[in-house]
Amino acid sequence: MSHITRRKLITTGIAAGAGVAGLAVAAKLASRYGLIPPDEGGIYGPGETLTYATQKLLTKHSLAREFSSKQVSKDPFANEVAPLGDEFEGLKRGGFADWRLRVDGLVERPTSFSLAELKNFPRQSHITMIQCEEGWSYIAEWTGVPLSHVLGLVGVAPQARHVVYRSIQPDWWESIDMSDAMHPQTILAQGMNGGELPVGFGGPLRLRVMRQLGYKSVKYITQVTVTDNIKQFGRGLGSASPEAGYAWYAGI
Amino acid sequence: MAVPLRSRHSLLVRITHWVMTLAFLALLVTGLELVVSHPRFYWGEVGNVNTPVMFKIPIPSSRAMVPTGYGYTLPDENGWSRYLHFQSAWVLVFVGLLYVVVGAFNGHFRKNVLPAAGDVSPKSLANSLVQHLKFRRPGAEEAWSYNVLQRLAYLAVIFLLFPMIIWTGLAMSPSFVSAFPWAVNLLGGQQSARTLHFFLTWVLVLFLAVHVLMVILAGFWSRVRAMITGRAVEPWERA
Repeated sequence: MSHITRRKLITTGIAAGAGVAGLAVAAKLASRYGLIPPDEGGIYGPGETLTYATQKLLTKHSLAREFSSKQVSKDPFANEVAPLGDEFEGLKRGGFADWRLRVDGLVERPTSFSLAELKNFPRQSHITMIQCEEGWSYIAEWTGVPLSHVLGLVGVAPQARHVVYRSIQPDWWESIDMSDAMHPQTILAQGMNGGELPVGFGGPLRLRVMRQLGYKSVKYITQVTVTDNIKQFGRGLGSASPEAGYAWYAGI
Repeated sequence: MAVPLRSRHSLLVRITHWVMTLAFLALLVTGLELVVSHPRFYWGEVGNVNTPVMFKIPIPSSRAMVPTGYGYTLPDENGWSRYLHFQSAWVLVFVGLLYVVVGAFNGHFRKNVLPAAGDVSPKSLANSLVQHLKFRRPGAEEAWSYNVLQRLAYLAVIFLLFPMIIWTGLAMSPSFVSAFPWAVNLLGGQQSARTLHFFLTWVLVLFLAVHVLMVILAGFWSRVRAMITGRAVEPWERA
């Protein structure tokens, strides 16, 4: 057994102390710059925090890959959805004329938009890939108004940190941070491949978050809520996904 | 009693070896679990149940929408599998970096992993291969050093297979490739990256199987003890 010298002990002690102090400083900085995901607790918290913080730093100004129209998938796959319920079916019979998107929370002018109003806003089209966490994918052209435009209209408070969005399907809600919400490719999609967005793919309204897996692109959006305290929603994990055991941040 | 023991593996090698082992096994189990949710593989950018497959794994799936031919679906375990997969990947990356950086500076690679120039000759390689194929128990001196085939295998695992499996993994991340699109474009697309990630897994599993087999042939307990305590039994103590 090699014996431990006093010098070695002191060096190790200083190194350990510096390490702990460094970690504490890092944690403080990470929290200040919004690098900590809402599902930071639990045994998988360290890995999730590392992933989210790293991706936030690497992808600050990045755009999701866009493809040529030739690369659009001929047979996109609409994953199964739970039965949509009477409210949805009623709105569908009316051609979704009465569908409303409520935008509220930390905004100056909480507003409810009809689909026709959203359609009149400046729209964008992006040919991007949607990847399911299961492993499959397809490429489609998505058309809609950028979420940033709608948030600009209602006036977001400066202290806003997250945007929570809800589906007409009960208990289906997600959230993204402000940089993803204001990202130029984050759109309220109403069109797909040149036509109306089919119900199977989230029509009449789906929030497309291009740099994250498909489960962040919630279908049948009815409400967008701006907040500075994501912990007050649901069980405080950020969205329904971590409550079901899935990571809140899905950029991987 | 005090027997003359020489140091075989440095503390860093031993710690990184076992942490890496744990991380790799966690990645393997969770990775295979994730495959169950879509046991179909494709080449190119996209693939789903409406597109032709490159190959399928003939197992039931944890998702009802996947046509497997089985009349039932398995439970969905993707949530914790994904969390654990990525957390283990971080452990693997940090421990791997620590090992590679320290190993480059303290001479570990030069001394223990890089083969001697003369050993990479066809004759020497053939000789070592024949020794392996005869399943001959290694000589006493080999308890203290790696032979040329071992060195080449370790080199490939450390500097080729692990970097490749990390790269193909990152190439599946929609966020990562938004900042570094070449990471996926060079591989021929996101589904190609997924398929390559799967193949590389099996190459690493093959390495693990051969590695464990060789440890068994060389004397399982003495080698495992050497990798835990750092000490190997001197040749003259051998029966």
